[in-house]
Amino acid sequence: MGGLTGDLWQSVWLTIELASITTVILLALGTPLAWWLARSKAWWTEAVAAVIALPLVLPPTVLGFYLLVALGPDGPGGVIAGAWGGRTLAFTFEGLVFGSVLYSMPFVVQPIRNAFAAIGDRPIEVAATLRASPRRAFWTVAVPLARPGFLTGAVLGFAHTVGEFGLVLMIGGNIPGRTKVLSVAIFDYVEASQWREANILASGMVIFAFAIILTITLIEKRGARTGR
Amino acid sequence: MNIATPGRIQAAFRGELGRFRLDARFDIPARGVTAIFGPSGCGKTTVARCLAGLQYLPGNFCAIDGDIWQHETMFRPPHRRPIGYVFQEASLFEHLPVRRNLLYGAPRRRGASGPDDIGFDEVVALLGLVKLLGRFPQNLSGGERQRVAIGRALLSQPRLLLMDEPLSALDRLTKDEIMPFLERLHERLSLPVIYISHDMTEIERLASHLILMNEGKVLGVGPLPALQSDPALPLAHARDAAVSFDGTVMAYDGTYGLVTLDIGHGQLLVPSPPIAAGKRQRLRITASDVSLARAAPQHSSILNVLPARIMSRLSAGPSEVVAVLALGSGGSGVRLLARITLRSWDMLQLAEGMDVFAQVKGVSLVSGRSDG
Repeated sequence: MGGLTGDLWQSVWLTIELASITTVILLALGTPLAWWLARSKAWWTEAVAAVIALPLVLPPTVLGFYLLVALGPDGPGGVIAGAWGGRTLAFTFEGLVFGSVLYSMPFVVQPIRNAFAAIGDRPIEVAATLRASPRRAFWTVAVPLARPGFLTGAVLGFAHTVGEFGLVLMIGGNIPGRTKVLSVAIFDYVEASQWREANILASGMVIFAFAIILTITLIEKRGARTGR
Repeated sequence: MNIATPGRIQAAFRGELGRFRLDARFDIPARGVTAIFGPSGCGKTTVARCLAGLQYLPGNFCAIDGDIWQHETMFRPPHRRPIGYVFQEASLFEHLPVRRNLLYGAPRRRGASGPDDIGFDEVVALLGLVKLLGRFPQNLSGGERQRVAIGRALLSQPRLLLMDEPLSALDRLTKDEIMPFLERLHERLSLPVIYISHDMTEIERLASHLILMNEGKVLGVGPLPALQSDPALPLAHARDAAVSFDGTVMAYDGTYGLVTLDIGHGQLLVPSPPIAAGKRQRLRITASDVSLARAAPQHSSILNVLPARIMSRLSAGPSEVVAVLALGSGGSGVRLLARITLRSWDMLQLAEGMDVFAQVKGVSLVSGRSDG
């Protein structure tokens, strides 16, 4: 029993670690991307946005399949990894992070992009007429004004990474302490008829999901109240 | 025009924005208030945005006080131009309290301030912002927001202040609340201002120079009264045509409540609350308040009768004419407009070039605080 609980906590911890790292990477990548998407007037902007949004529509297994092909020993990822003597990312934690970043990208980029778009050009122009360089205008005006979008994006990105299953199974497998995250663990317990453990995890996830949705709603409500 | 002259604001903006074609050139003094006037959509805002660098039109030229901001191969981005820009909507930073809004564009390094710089306390006093400093923009009225926006622009220590219809989003009462602040501003600061408006009454109160625009083109540039009385421009033809210019207060007669104003080629007596002698005072004389006489009237209730010369005659409908007058017997003074009936014109046998007497029935003093 103690061993099982240890296994369980290991999965919880691994999941939190995966979701946290993924969220940080997504905020770092997603912010400039969202800024560009919100302000670019190029015709192909929406094409890029559509590519980012693909995981919303595709079954996770499709993305997982292509990632597996790409990251496997015969794929481009494997070839690159082999070239500098590393092993491939398939069935590793790093591979899981890579997949999660792609998979949760739209959930982070979309809210931030919308928040940037809602600000409009005017505050940025005002900052420019007050001698603010584009960089200063971005950090002191655009980012603070888009704060609700960042919060929503971070929460959604984190939560969505916690909830992924198909993709994890495809490229991560089921290695305890390395790639066995919560959603996979639940599946495992059910398969092994360990309903009690499955129930603990599953009900925990329900509470988690509820808390997330409530948080986002409250963030948005607060954003609306402060005039945006 | 591509030579930058100190003391001038020079611009040649030409280009197409969608279907709109802009072709605006002007060269105005880099001091006082110059208004850009014209109907909505005539390109006033585009001109201001070009000056600020917010709008890029390739190959254009602009130089402020000898400093080139744009020519064929160079374009200085907006954050490197020493401008202040007041937008039609106040556009305050909603996430910052008033104090930090005001200081957003202020030079950040200590000791970076120049001798002509306007101080924080002075701006706060000038615009009446003391009670607002700790508040957030959401909790300000429209007029308060616009005052903060003006203060914020001033504290960035601009060398040119651009005001793009700063009052047009406000209601009548709020406008009247802000106008005195603007007038005080222009009295106190030597900063050149370009003031965009489609409301002639605002311009008559604030501006000394005018750029008249229509459909992307500049119709006329010059001192305000010169353009108002220019027979070739639409202002003199308007139903409410008037001329505004400054006079100097000479004396005040407390018995009758009349102020004597010197207008260069003559004096005017105007009912007014007391004003200190020596003060410059903006006046406005509408065309319909001026009538003409061949000889100086002997027994008349009209206080102000001034010798003038008829410079030109404009027809104003089937029954009226507008005469452009120049005060002074030689016709070298201030211009006035007189709207009279065609019948009177013919009966008096008036003609261009003739010396007459202008009977001024009404003069309004248009500086806000002297309105009473």
